[in-house]
Amino acid sequence: MIIAERKPLEEIFGMLAPYGRIAVLGCGTCVTVCMAGGQKEAEELAAAISIKRKKDKQDVAVEAFTIERQCEYEFIDQVAERLKKFDVILSLACGVGVQTLVEHMPELLVLPGLNTKFMGYPTEQGVWAERCLGCGDCVLHMTQGICPITRCAKSLLNGPCGGSSEGKCEISKDTDCAWHLIHDRLSRLNRLDVLKEIQPPKDWSSSHHGGPRTIVREDVRLASGKQS
Amino acid sequence: MLAGSNLEKVINSGHFAVTGELGPPKSADLTQLKEHAEAMRDYVDAFNITDNQTAIVRTSSIGVAGVLIQMGLEPVVQMTVRDRNRIALQSDLLGAVALGVKNVLCLSGDHQKFGNEPGAKGVFDIDSMQLLKAFKDMRDEGKFIGGEKLEAPLQVYLGAVANPFADPFEYRVDRLEKKIAAGASFIQTQCIFDIERFKRWMELVRERGLHKKVAILGGVTPIKSLGAAKYMKNNVSGIIIPDELIERLQGAANKKEEGLKIAIETIQQLKEIEGVAGVHIMAIAWEEVVPEIVERAGLYPRPKL
Ligand code: SF4
Repeated sequence: MIIAERKPLEEIFGMLAPYGRIAVLGCGTCVTVCMAGGQKEAEELAAAISIKRKKDKQDVAVEAFTIERQCEYEFIDQVAERLKKFDVILSLACGVGVQTLVEHMPELLVLPGLNTKFMGYPTEQGVWAERCLGCGDCVLHMTQGICPITRCAKSLLNGPCGGSSEGKCEISKDTDCAWHLIHDRLSRLNRLDVLKEIQPPKDWSSSHHGGPRTIVREDVRLASGKQS
Repeated sequence: MLAGSNLEKVINSGHFAVTGELGPPKSADLTQLKEHAEAMRDYVDAFNITDNQTAIVRTSSIGVAGVLIQMGLEPVVQMTVRDRNRIALQSDLLGAVALGVKNVLCLSGDHQKFGNEPGAKGVFDIDSMQLLKAFKDMRDEGKFIGGEKLEAPLQVYLGAVANPFADPFEYRVDRLEKKIAAGASFIQTQCIFDIERFKRWMELVRERGLHKKVAILGGVTPIKSLGAAKYMKNNVSGIIIPDELIERLQGAANKKEEGLKIAIETIQQLKEIEGVAGVHIMAIAWEEVVPEIVERAGLYPRPKL
């Protein structure tokens, strides 16, 4: 899922300073699960904004509410009328949600309350780790389920590099060397031969480096949505 | 002969090769670097020029190489994949060769987080293995990575690095073999302080006959002070400094002399190891001792070929 983190409060207070009627809009999917932007976090943030304004002796009307997903028009439609009553919407969705809101309701002023970090999962309660960069050309079959593009600090395809020490990456003793993990896994599966082949340069055009990406699936498109 | 460089000739004629490292400054004033190079002139077969080492912005390796060539000295241009994509790397190889560069060393490069621009975007479009292979293909097949043909043949002597002190240890020989297949004619190793581990690695290298396919130059760094040794031990990844070495320095009255002695002894031991073809001396920030080390290690005068 998408992992995000709330922006620092001071930054949020600064962004919101010019506005009096504020909606803090939570998102009920990824950011709820990673405890960054669900209803609970939206309410807490709304309370923090109110307290700050009270302290500064400034009027404010803040409401916190949440929709299932900010990245789909049908959920946005459920609160469209309500959103129009505010000067500003502080979205606690990921960057996709913020942009979907703006595209669907261009008349709204929408600001981001989160920093969207990565695609990953919770390795334990309170710890989230990045696992996919969305490079568009998965290599997990070669590396037996450990992504070198994401987890190697240099995205090497022929690793481990000379900085790998005692299982850790040269960037930090707290970061596993992805290629050490891959080596161990291949060794266990008797597949170390994979490491002997020179992997050719990756075609990054399937990733963001090829420009912003769109997927079109004619088989599932609705006739009305098709462009001529 | 692949490029006919002095280094290539020394290696091919079976002499124990000596290369020295020069780190470009954080300015375009190369006065001091030129002085160091001049002092080392007769003591090394070629000069390695680091490429923004530890991700600190410095005069470019190719720029410095051009200056050395004007001085009649032979550079080994280091090229990392950290700061340039395949377009720039291939283009810079052409530019370097056009300037008269004959030796190129391919490496990954330290991660940008260690340098003075930690907010930089790391490029890593290709890795060091792919870089070597790309340069080999440019030379041997006359082809760029994308498949297009070069308009004229290219000559270059290619090297790579190896770190016998990195993990997993067993993999380090596989990696060397892979680098040879990718195009390395010579190898410069990480600084050797743990000579026993280096010897174990060389055993595995010889078992596979790899020392006959590539010239291995052992990396040697003279330690200037106890502080420097401790710093390297704790902060530089991929370097192993045994406790005995720290203790030896601790016990020495003259730390600098002891550091020199350790370096010279290391070179003497390297000379005895079957399959070691030379030494690469990395006396960064202590370049002035290189002639003394070379002389005391019995490697002076250098062959004139
Ligand atoms: S130490 Fe491992 S994870 Fe880190 S850059 Fe090198 S190969 Fe990649």
